[in-house]
Amino acid sequence: MTALGNAIDVRGLTKRFGKKTAVNGIDIAVPEGQVWGFLGPNGSGKTTTIRMLCGLLNADAGEGTCLGYNFRTQAEQIKRETGYMTQKFSFWEDLSIRENLDFVARVYGLPGQRALVDETLEKLGLEQRQNQLAGELSGGWKQRLALAACTLHSPKLLLLDEPTAGVDPKARRDFWDEIHTLSGQHGITVLVSTHYMDEAERCDRIVYISGGNIVARGTVADIIAGSGLITFTVEGDGARQLAPKLRGHPGVVFIAFFGAMLHVSGYDRALLEQALAPYRNDPNLAIRETAPSLEDVFIQLQENNGGASA
Amino acid sequence: MNGRFSLARVFAMLGKEFIQMRRDRLTLAMLVGIPLMQLILFGYAINMVPRHLATVVSISDPGPFSDSIVAALANSSFFDVVKATNSPAEAHRMLAEGTASFAINIPPNFSRDLVRGVQPELLVEADATDPAAGAYAIGAITTIVSSALRNDLRGPLAARAYAPPPVNVVVHQLYNPENITRYNIVPGLLGMILTMTMVMVTSIALTRERERGTYENLLAMPMRPTEIMIGKITPNIFIGAFQSALILTVARFVFHVPMLGSLPLLAAAGMIYIAALLAVGYTFSTVAQNQMQAMQMTFFFFLPSIMLSGFIFPFRGMPEWAQWIGEVLPITHFLRVVRGILLKGNGFTEIWPDTWPMILFLFVVGAIAVLRFRRTLD
Ligand SMILES: Nc1ncnc2c1ncn2[C@@H]1O[C@H](COP(=O)(O)OP(=O)(O)O)[C@@H](O)[C@H]1O
Ligand SMILES: [Mg+2]
Repeated sequence: MTALGNAIDVRGLTKRFGKKTAVNGIDIAVPEGQVWGFLGPNGSGKTTTIRMLCGLLNADAGEGTCLGYNFRTQAEQIKRETGYMTQKFSFWEDLSIRENLDFVARVYGLPGQRALVDETLEKLGLEQRQNQLAGELSGGWKQRLALAACTLHSPKLLLLDEPTAGVDPKARRDFWDEIHTLSGQHGITVLVSTHYMDEAERCDRIVYISGGNIVARGTVADIIAGSGLITFTVEGDGARQLAPKLRGHPGVVFIAFFGAMLHVSGYDRALLEQALAPYRNDPNLAIRETAPSLEDVFIQLQENNGGASA
Repeated sequence: MNGRFSLARVFAMLGKEFIQMRRDRLTLAMLVGIPLMQLILFGYAINMVPRHLATVVSISDPGPFSDSIVAALANSSFFDVVKATNSPAEAHRMLAEGTASFAINIPPNFSRDLVRGVQPELLVEADATDPAAGAYAIGAITTIVSSALRNDLRGPLAARAYAPPPVNVVVHQLYNPENITRYNIVPGLLGMILTMTMVMVTSIALTRERERGTYENLLAMPMRPTEIMIGKITPNIFIGAFQSALILTVARFVFHVPMLGSLPLLAAAGMIYIAALLAVGYTFSTVAQNQMQAMQMTFFFFLPSIMLSGFIFPFRGMPEWAQWIGEVLPITHFLRVVRGILLKGNGFTEIWPDTWPMILFLFVVGAIAVLRFRRTLD
C-alpha cells in the first residue's frame, strides 16, 4: 500500500485507439475501503479506464499505482489481488457453475479449493444447480456467479464494469447489499461503473467521465452543489404539454420528465422564473423550486459535454 | 512475485479445455468423422481395381512360352493386349503416346534361360502417371505369368515352375519417378488429415475465447501465456494421436499396408509433426479475430501443404520455387518419414534428415506463437 492509503492512485491516464482518444489524461485516487461510482454515457471511456487499471490494456500515457503496484509494469501482481467483473458475462458458458468456480480457484492456486467452492456455492444458494451449465443461468444469476467468481480469491480491489446492466431491481438490490458487505466487512475497495442513479447514490464518491475526460467528481451532494443548477418542478394535469412550450426559452437549459412531473432546470433564477411566469396562475399546475436530483445533474453534464452516446 | 511458470495453472487450464472439448460434440464428431470419411473415400480409390488396361507385348523371343504369356495376359481381366510386336521400340512409342499403359518385354533368349532355370527378366514398363491404376496390375503380373508358365513347365521342367518364381519381373515405372503406389496414399492421408484437423482446431483455440468474450477474463487472471498455450494445445495432441492411430489401424487391417519399420519411431516422428502443426494453428489463433478468419488461415496453410508436399504432384517434378516452399512445410518431411518407416523399414538415422527440419519448424513457429501472444486486449 502507498503511504496515502489509496487503492487506486493514477494520474494522466490516457488511451488512444488510432486517432480517437478514448481516455484523455484522467486522474483517479480511490482511498482504500471506499466504494466509488464511475459514471458517464456509453462510449465515454469507462471500460477502457478499468481495463488499463488492471493491465488489460496498455496505457499510452499516465503513471501511478494500483494497490501499491506500478500499474504499467506490475500488472501480474495487480491481477493477483484484483477482482475484475467484465461488462459482458465472461465466464465459460459451456462449463457448469461448479466447474467455473473450480477453474478460478485452481488458477489462483487457492488452498482448500473444494471446501471453498462448496462454501461459495452454498452462499450463492446454487448448490442444487451447481452442475448446470453457466450459459443456462438467467442474467441475474450470471451476475451473481460472476461476482462470486471474481471475489473467490479475496481480492483487495474490485473493478466492476456495469455489473447490474439488464438485471431486475431485486437482484440489483441484493447485489449492492453484497458490495457493501464486501466493502464494510472486508475493507475491499470498489470501483463500479453504472448508469443507475440509485446505485450512484450508494457510492462514497462519484466520478463522472465524458468523452474521456472527468467532468465532475465528489460526493452526491458535492456534485449537485457544484452543478450550479436551479430546478423547478411542474406538477399537475397538462404538465407534459408544457415541455415543448418551455423548450428554447433562454433561461431553460433542459427539461426532464420524472413520471408525470416535469423538471425544468437552468442556471439563472430570474430567467427561469420569467419562463415559468405565464403558467404560475394555472390552477391545474403546481410549480415549486426543488433541489436538483443527481439525474438532473447528469443530464446536464451529458448535454454540456456533447451529449449523444458514442 | 508470482512470475514463475506454474504447473498447477497449466493443469487448471487443461482441465477446463478437456471439459469444453467433451461438451463440444460437433467438433469431436468432426475430428473423428474427417479421418473416417477421408479413409473411406480414398479407400474406395485404393480398392478400385482397374481392369482392361491397354497393354503392348514386345516379343524378342517368339515361342510357346511367349504365346502362353500373351494368352494368359489376354485372358486376365487386368490387361487388354492391344498389340503383340517384335519391336521394343514400337512398344515404347505406344507407351509414350498413351495408346498403351503397359509394355511387357519378353527378352531374347527368354525360353532358353527359363529352361535353364536362370530366371529370365520380364521387363514391365508402366505408365505410372496414374499410380493407383497401375499398382494392382503390376501386382498381378507375376501371378499371371507364373501360372501361365506352370502349364508349360511340365515333366523334367516341373521344378522350375515353383519357388523361386520362374521369371523375374522387373517393373519400370515411367513418368513418375517418385514411384507412388497405393501404399503412398496412406502416409499422404495421415499427413493431410493431421494438417487439416490439427491446424483447424488449434487456430480457434484463442479465437473462440476472444469471440465469446471469455478471453478478457482469462487475461484478467494471473495466467502466463505459456500456461495458456500448453493448456490449449495439449488436448489437441491427444486428438492427433487418436487420429493417427485410427488411420494406421485402418491402413493396416483394411488396406493391408505393410508396416516394416518401428511403430514407436513413427509415433515419435508423428508427435514432432503434430507439435509443429499445433504451433502453426496457435500462431493463427493469436492473430484471427473470429473463427471465420481462423478457417481462412487454416486453408491458406492447408492448400500448399497438399499441393507442394509431393502428395499430389511428384516432388522432384515441381518447379524449383515450389520445391523450396515444399521443403519448408512439415508435411513434406513427414510424408518422407512415414513412407520411409512404413514401406522401407527405415530407422532413426535414415529419417533424421527429414526430422530435424520439422523440429526447426516447430521451434521457429512456436517462438512466433509465444511472441505474438499478447497479454493485453490492445
Ligand atoms: N478496442 C478498441 N478499439 C477501438 N476503439 C475502442 C476500443 N475499445 C473502445 N473503443 C472506443 O473507445 C471509446 C470508449 O469506449 P469504452 O471505454 O468502452 O466506453 P464505455 O465503457 O464508457 O461505454 C468508445 O468510443 C469506443 O468506441
Ligand atoms: Mg463499457
